[in-house]
Amino acid sequence: MKVDQGLVELSDQLILGSLPVYTLAMLAFAVELAFRRTAAKAAVPAGAAVSGGAGASEGASAPGGVAVADADPESAAAAPRRAVNWGAFGVAFTVLGWAAHLGSIITRGAAADRWPWGNMYEFVVAICFAAVTAYLAFLVRHPVRHLGVFVMVPTILGLGIALRYLYVQAGPVVPALKSYWIAIHVSAAIIASGMFILAGVIGILQLMRWRYDGRTGAGKPVGFTAITRTLDLDQLERIAHRAIVFAFPIWTFAVIAGALWADRAWGRYWGWDPKETWSFITWIAYAAYLHSRATAGWKGRRSTIIQLVACACLLFNLVGVNVFISGLHSYADL
Amino acid sequence: MITWLRWAWRLLTSMRTALILLFLVALGSVPGSVLPQRGLTPEDVTKFYEENPGLAPWLDRFSMFDVFGAPWFAAIYLLLFVSLAGCVLPRAAQHYRAMRGRPPAAPRNLSRLPHTASVPGGTLALAEAELRRRRFRVNTGDGWVAAEKGYLRETGNLVFHLALLALLFAVGSGALFGYRGNVLVVEGDGFANTVAAYDKFSPGRFVDTESLKPFSFRLGDFTATYSTEPQRRGQPLDFSGKLSVREGGGQKTHDLRVNEPLEAGGAQVYLLGNGYAPTFRVTDGKGQVAFDGAVPFLPAEKGGFTSEGVIKVPDAQPAQLGFVGLFLPTTVTVGDSATSAFPAALNPTVRLFGFKGDLGLRSGAPQSVYQLNSDKMQMIKLPETRLAVGQSLTLPDGLGTVTFTGVKEWISLQITYDPGRFPALVSAALAVLGLVPALTVRRRRIWVRQTADGIDVGGLTRSEGGGGIEEEFESIVSSLRRSGEQESRELVKE
Repeated sequence: MKVDQGLVELSDQLILGSLPVYTLAMLAFAVELAFRRTAAKAAVPAGAAVSGGAGASEGASAPGGVAVADADPESAAAAPRRAVNWGAFGVAFTVLGWAAHLGSIITRGAAADRWPWGNMYEFVVAICFAAVTAYLAFLVRHPVRHLGVFVMVPTILGLGIALRYLYVQAGPVVPALKSYWIAIHVSAAIIASGMFILAGVIGILQLMRWRYDGRTGAGKPVGFTAITRTLDLDQLERIAHRAIVFAFPIWTFAVIAGALWADRAWGRYWGWDPKETWSFITWIAYAAYLHSRATAGWKGRRSTIIQLVACACLLFNLVGVNVFISGLHSYADL
Repeated sequence: MITWLRWAWRLLTSMRTALILLFLVALGSVPGSVLPQRGLTPEDVTKFYEENPGLAPWLDRFSMFDVFGAPWFAAIYLLLFVSLAGCVLPRAAQHYRAMRGRPPAAPRNLSRLPHTASVPGGTLALAEAELRRRRFRVNTGDGWVAAEKGYLRETGNLVFHLALLALLFAVGSGALFGYRGNVLVVEGDGFANTVAAYDKFSPGRFVDTESLKPFSFRLGDFTATYSTEPQRRGQPLDFSGKLSVREGGGQKTHDLRVNEPLEAGGAQVYLLGNGYAPTFRVTDGKGQVAFDGAVPFLPAEKGGFTSEGVIKVPDAQPAQLGFVGLFLPTTVTVGDSATSAFPAALNPTVRLFGFKGDLGLRSGAPQSVYQLNSDKMQMIKLPETRLAVGQSLTLPDGLGTVTFTGVKEWISLQITYDPGRFPALVSAALAVLGLVPALTVRRRRIWVRQTADGIDVGGLTRSEGGGGIEEEFESIVSSLRRSGEQESRELVKE
């Protein structure tokens, strides 16, 4: 089995190309968010509805009714001028970067003639891809465009870390990974992880928003939390919950598919290997989140914190277990 | 007393307790992944003991090296499952009654519901027909229609939780009635499924070790393929062992690979590891062949598969002989030192260190076949040569000769019999199947009441999350309006 070097180079160039495109998307989204903030400020005197500002571009469901106390007359004056639809640029760049990202994954798989998630580099690249895909998928039916910057930042970080620290040459995998189960088990884990990470990002925004509300209420300086001032808490909560509800069965399936594969490859379906243990812990934590939403007194901030703990478990499982603990899943090629 | 028990039961089966228990299970699993575990890596536990002599016994007192078999861990998950059963079983009964019963009557005041609308000119009959058309379960009474849909949510929810209970039973029964064993087989050798044939055998509590299901196999050729690409030199690409299997009078061949275990006698045979077994012939001082066979060597290093092993020749005369060997599959000599440059046996050589005297085998104390107990032995001075295949070494003082006759390979196998395996799979599949409707279907109720000039419609969803039922409610109301208008037009015509 020979690795096609031309395809390997193409794959590397595509992923390197997707990074600046994602960065442009992030900048465009950031500008949109900034304008949106001024629009919201301008709207304060007029009441709940946003009227004509750049932030209203998402239509009726945009959370315009955010009361901001410290209306700034300068930016308020600038708000009605609607020059560029930055958000649309952001989406366009995101789609472009996403296409290059997808191309990189496909060419890498084609180069080595196998599923392109055989080591840590490929896995992290695929999870970033899943997170962007989840965002784009949500974009089709939900007004989440203004969250773009919060998706782009972790994606760019993830890709940067993958390229800088985890990169390995494309090549064949060890015999244990030669199974059709890699397509089923790892793909399911990647899709679920992408959704969970999206939910985690939203959970952080929720916490920041609560803090912002608390601080403005107490008249304290809001600091960095101000970037969340135009976000709608209910909507954030809904999207995070929906993402988790979508991802949880897929994660369950990924764990079960992993057990089936373990049954074929290692002679037992469950053996408390560190990766298995942490995927179980992650599963339990998300189950706790779902239960907490049905428990009086736990909904809201508490359930969001549980969600974030679960997300931390997930990230530790995806990366930390391979880096810090040795076990049967040590395919990281680090 | 009964009130106290009732209180305890209610506490145990409450959602809050279940949440806390879920957290405890997760938290309790953490040390199992951070600390070395006896069941997985016993050698690491020993190492941990050596490195932390003060801490290790204390951790051991809390079963920290066997977390998933620990009493406290069992206590948490048993409590969790009792809590689960106590919550789910009554709910199952309740749901069964709800499935057989009818939706409850409409509340007096529909305007208090989260979704309300008035449809002037609408009639109860039209509303009932519309709701039935939308596959609602409908109940009617004096001046009202009640409808409910989305029972699948609770059904899925119960199926999921009951499947988890079943999964626990399946895993438990597998541990009690199943067995697991390890065995090392050299090319050309065989294995028959009896307890004595295993190198290591761990049966469940209720396994009858006298009557394992019989099967046997013989290992023909074993091939390991390694990458020769410069960047990945020596990375294993494929392992394949040719087995000829006998089971119940029939015979078959099986190509044993990493992801392709052999199924025989209800058990699975897995390829776990491989190594080299150089073959030697030892002729003793009296000219008798005292040893002729393969000796499994253990890999000491991964990159070049340098392996170490021990040859014990208790039958040699005048003195018992023992050798420690260092095997290099692809020998490359740089100056005085030799290393193995590649894991495949391209240029195999072996370097031997000899001993004579008492091997200590007659004392009855168990000995490892991979270690030489040289307490009562004397080192023989041997020349510092590496033997290639076919070469011999003459021992000093008329002790005999050793010939390196060839290279075979060995494989280590795990043989597992787990009767809970299939039930566990079915339970897990049911859990996923139940989970999807439990999370995505919304249970909702629609009530309709007759008013002076038409009907009032109210809607309610009891499922939290995932948005409301606005769209569906709007759609119902607008089609009621349409049919109401149509009806009144027809009435006007008449």
